[in-house]
Amino acid sequence: MYKTLPSILLLAAGLLAGTTISAQTAMQQAGSGAASDTYPAAPRDPALKPVFEEFGGKPGLVALMNDFMDNLMADPVTRPFFQNADREHIKAELVDQFCVILDGPCTYTGMDMTTAHRGMNVDHADFNALVEDLQKAMNKHDIPFRAQNKLLAKLAPMHRQIITKP
Amino acid sequence: MHKFRRQKMLLVGALVLAGGLVSLQAAAADGGDPPENVSGKLLLTGGVSQIEGSAGGGLTPWALIGSYGTQGQFGANAFYTRVNVQDYHLDDAGAMFGIDNRVEFSVAQQRFDTQDVGAALGLGRGFTFTQNVIGVKVRLFGDAVLDQDSWVPQVSVGAQYKTNNQGTILHAIGAKSDRGTDYYISATKLFLSQSLLVDATLRYTKANQIGILGFGGDKNNNYQAEFEGSAAYLLSQNWAIGAEYRQKPNNLGIAKEDSWYDAFVAWAPNKHVSLTLAYADLGNIVIKNNQHGLYASMQVGF
Repeated sequence: MYKTLPSILLLAAGLLAGTTISAQTAMQQAGSGAASDTYPAAPRDPALKPVFEEFGGKPGLVALMNDFMDNLMADPVTRPFFQNADREHIKAELVDQFCVILDGPCTYTGMDMTTAHRGMNVDHADFNALVEDLQKAMNKHDIPFRAQNKLLAKLAPMHRQIITKP
Repeated sequence: MHKFRRQKMLLVGALVLAGGLVSLQAAAADGGDPPENVSGKLLLTGGVSQIEGSAGGGLTPWALIGSYGTQGQFGANAFYTRVNVQDYHLDDAGAMFGIDNRVEFSVAQQRFDTQDVGAALGLGRGFTFTQNVIGVKVRLFGDAVLDQDSWVPQVSVGAQYKTNNQGTILHAIGAKSDRGTDYYISATKLFLSQSLLVDATLRYTKANQIGILGFGGDKNNNYQAEFEGSAAYLLSQNWAIGAEYRQKPNNLGIAKEDSWYDAFVAWAPNKHVSLTLAYADLGNIVIKNNQHGLYASMQVGF
C-alpha cells in the first residue's frame, strides 16, 4: 500500500502533465499552423530526379493522376472533397506539383496548400485516406515502394497546411 | 491437463475479445460505407504489441499510439504471443485501446513456464510465474509519420503497472516485491525517404526479467534507467523487418540477467491482422544460460 500509492500518484501526475503539454501543443499548432507555415507547395529536390524517371516522367504522372482521381472519387471518405470540384484542373495541377517536386521540367502555378484547402475541414483521417488512394494508384502503376516513399516524404509536411480539423 | 485448459481458455478469451473488437468496429459502420471513426492510420503505423502489451515492436514500447485510430478516432487490438527458448516458454496475451491518437490503455498477462528448470529448483516441473500488466501511454508531441521535414520525433511517456502471482517464491529468491511499475519515455520517427523507422526508449524500472522474477533485489533495490532501441525497415506496404535491443538490470544475486535482442519480420496483410516472427536472444534466465529461440505473435483489431 505504501509503495503503490506513490506510484499511482506519480502516474496520475505524469498523465496530467502529459495531457496538459499535449493540449498546449495542440493549441499552438492550431493557432500558428496554417497561416505562418512556409513549407512550399511544390518543393523541388534535385536528388529526386531518378525518382521522376521511376514515375515514368510527365506521361507517367498524367496516367497516375487519372487513377488517383478515380480512387479519390471511389473512396467514400475523400469523395465529398472532390465531387463538386473541377477534377480535370486539379489533375493537371497535381501533375505539375509532383513533376516539380521530382525535379521534372515543369512549373507549378497552382494555389498554395493552405488556400487550396481553406474551409474544407480536412482531418487526419481524410488526409490519410487520400495518401492511401495515392498509394493504391502508385501500386497500380508499379512504382517501386522506396520511390513512393521518397515522394510521400515531400508531401507529408503539407499536413500542417491541409489538416485544419485537429 | 489443468494448465493446458487454462492456456486454452486464455487463448479463447483473447480471440473472443478480438472478435468482439472487430464486431464493435462493424457495428460502428453506417449503412454500406466504412465507419469514419476508425482505422484512419496508414498500414503498420500503429506498431504491433510488445510483450508487456503496449504498442511498439516485440520487446519494447514505441512512441506510436496503438491501434489504427487516428485523431478523432478510436481503435483496439488484441494479441497473443508465444516465446519458445530451450528451457522455458512464455505465453502472453492482452488487449489495448487507443483514443484520438493521443492515449493508449493496455492490459496483458504473461505466463512464464519454467518447464524442467522448475523441477530442478524444487518448485515442480512446469512451475509458472504469472504476471498481469496494466499499461498507459500518452503522446506528448510530434508525429512519427507526418513530420518528414523535421528531426523532431514523436515522443510519448508511459507506465506499466505489473503484479506477479508468485510472491512467496519471489521473496525466497531475493526479490524485494511482487509488484512494481515501470515508467518509460519513447522517441520514434519514421524516415520515409529511407523507409526506416527508428525508436529509442528509456525505461525506469526495478523489474527482474521484466517482472517475471519480481522487483528489486538483494544486489539493488533502486530504480535504474535501461535503454531500449528498435530499427525497422519497410520492405513494402505490408512487410517490415527489423531488430531490437533491450537493456536489463541485475538486481538479483541468484539470477544474472542479460540484455535481450531480437530480429523480426512483421506482416500486415490489412488493418485487421498482423503476424510477427522473430529470433529472440534472451541470454541467461535463472540457472540456464544462452536462452534463445522463436518469438511468434499475432495481433488482431482495427
